[in-house]
Amino acid sequence: MTIALQDTPFDPGVLLAFFSRGRTETGAIVTFTGIARADGGKSQVLELEAYPGFTEGEIRRIAEEARVRFSLHDLMVIHRVGKIKPGEPIVFVATAAGHRREAFEAADFLMDYLKSKAPFWKKEHGPAGEKWIEPTERDHADVARWDG
Amino acid sequence: MAKVLLFGPLRDIAGWREKDVRANTVAELKAALTAEDAALGAALNGKGVQVAIDQRIMRNDTGLRANAEVAFLPPMSGG
Repeated sequence: MTIALQDTPFDPGVLLAFFSRGRTETGAIVTFTGIARADGGKSQVLELEAYPGFTEGEIRRIAEEARVRFSLHDLMVIHRVGKIKPGEPIVFVATAAGHRREAFEAADFLMDYLKSKAPFWKKEHGPAGEKWIEPTERDHADVARWDG
Repeated sequence: MAKVLLFGPLRDIAGWREKDVRANTVAELKAALTAEDAALGAALNGKGVQVAIDQRIMRNDTGLRANAEVAFLPPMSGG
């Protein structure tokens, strides 16, 4: 299980190649890459803040829950912090399982958690100034699907 | 003495990120910060703000050991 925050850009292809290597019992790997959007010029830079130590610990806790719940063989979460330009990846999630359903569902579960419950704070810098971004109603509804 | 950490919009409201404050409980700590800065005090009691002591989320008022790290965590958003 790999959980990491980094303040420099990453290449999702390189991460997938690394994550896939040497797996002979894994039938399915699913990856998700979140990209910073320009939103038609409204957003010039995203700034992601974490609470070092605490943020990784909270992600590790939910990742462990995902590992058990979806019988994962392995998983990886890489999350950017600091300033991110449109077009750059913000987050990379990879899940490995025996079969595709578990791998898809686990990636979906992890992303819903990361969007609205993981300890990150996100500020958008645009031509109209700067604005803190909070989870949307849709984000809350997405994460609530996994309860119960 | 507790080490207070502010994140996200709380940091912008206060104009600082980290500060040592003399307090024996979370309630005392909030009262001290509110006396200094009413806008920050209101924000600390805002909707969805959680408190972590030594990197563990605490739901209720609690005593603080010497040099405790107290973080105020406004609503979170990643990805």
